Amino acid sequence: MNVTPVWAIFLGSIFTNNILFASFLGMCSFLVCSNRISTAVGLGSAVTFVMFFTTVLNYLLYRYLLVPLGLEFVSFIIFIAVIAAFVQFLEMFVERFSPELYYALGIFLPLITVNCAILGASLFMVIRNYSFVQTTVYGLGAGLGWFLAIALMAGLREKMGYSNVPVALRRTGVLMLIAGVIAMTFMGFTGMISTQ
Amino acid sequence: MATSTEALKRPARLTLFGGKGREILLEGIYKANPVTKQVLGICIFLAVTNRVANSLVMGAALTFVTAMSNLFISTLRNIIPRRIRMIAQVAIIATFVIIIDQFFKGFYWQMSKQLGPYVALIITNCIVMGRAEAFAMQNPPLPSFLDGFANGVGYAIILLLIGTVRELVGSGTFLGITILSDSWYMKNLIFLLAPGAFFVGGFLIWILESINSADSAGKSSKPGK
Repeated sequence: MNVTPVWAIFLGSIFTNNILFASFLGMCSFLVCSNRISTAVGLGSAVTFVMFFTTVLNYLLYRYLLVPLGLEFVSFIIFIAVIAAFVQFLEMFVERFSPELYYALGIFLPLITVNCAILGASLFMVIRNYSFVQTTVYGLGAGLGWFLAIALMAGLREKMGYSNVPVALRRTGVLMLIAGVIAMTFMGFTGMISTQ
Repeated sequence: MATSTEALKRPARLTLFGGKGREILLEGIYKANPVTKQVLGICIFLAVTNRVANSLVMGAALTFVTAMSNLFISTLRNIIPRRIRMIAQVAIIATFVIIIDQFFKGFYWQMSKQLGPYVALIITNCIVMGRAEAFAMQNPPLPSFLDGFANGVGYAIILLLIGTVRELVGSGTFLGITILSDSWYMKNLIFLLAPGAFFVGGFLIWILESINSADSAGKSSKPGK
């Protein structure tokens, strides 16, 4: 059982162990969808929502179904199936009950199934041996951390439109270098809280 | 996803290691390298490259999964209903990832500990899904296997390149053997940490894109090309 206090897990998953800048998860959609702040906020909130619920669901399935049956080795398939099914249901649900929200988030939902940050959060939850409360907090914190990362990047990219970037760097090179600098600043938080 | 259209144009019939087979291999490894030309699967490529040994193992694991899942998806491509093809592909990919993960847990426990969740994350690696969707669903098993293998190897080469730079600069070693001695070389730890991965990746893409644009500029000036 992991003994890290809950508040440390929450702050740690947002800042010191940011799922994008420290664990490199969710890079593909981070690089592709960060060109405008509005897109970034839409995708970020969708990821936060899905990550929170799938991590909790996966925890319950893992702890109360897979472990008692000794089936831990199929956990990858179960996790990815839960994520895919959850996203599918969410899409149908939102489309039926809140068309405005569907137009705002709808296009991002299919992207989320293959976002490795979502699966990564479930896997970290198992590896770090979190309890139920810790898992809940971690799912939320990791989602918010990803949200923060993509929003920061989108803000910088909107400003970058005015600057003269070398041609060969324009597509993804410069994004990686910027991410490196942001990752370095995030490392500054490590002195304050270190979590596992 | 420029390659998905290219893949559609390819002829469906070919012989192993004949002209077409070699073309598929070359395309995956060099011409349309998944990392540098398509910028896919960045997550793993940054996370596990702090040591050459990790990069090697990860490259081999990914090559195995891409090749085998391409082979099986292509074999089943006429049976899989189109509407649920994503789920079917994910299930096949996840099966091979589980095989690899269990293999590491059984025989290389230390390595499995170090790679942590990144072995499982091969499931959501865009390269594996991308090749399944773009190539294996339209082509017969053997070329699909070759295509998966080539893309895996192309990916592994980039992993190895980044791993070499990071281990050499960060700890002065290559595969654990000291190359740059402590007596005069000051280790640059940042290369082993997260920001170093981003910097090395960024500079690698910069260099490759410069070479590319120089290449295509040279080609376009020639008549008839």
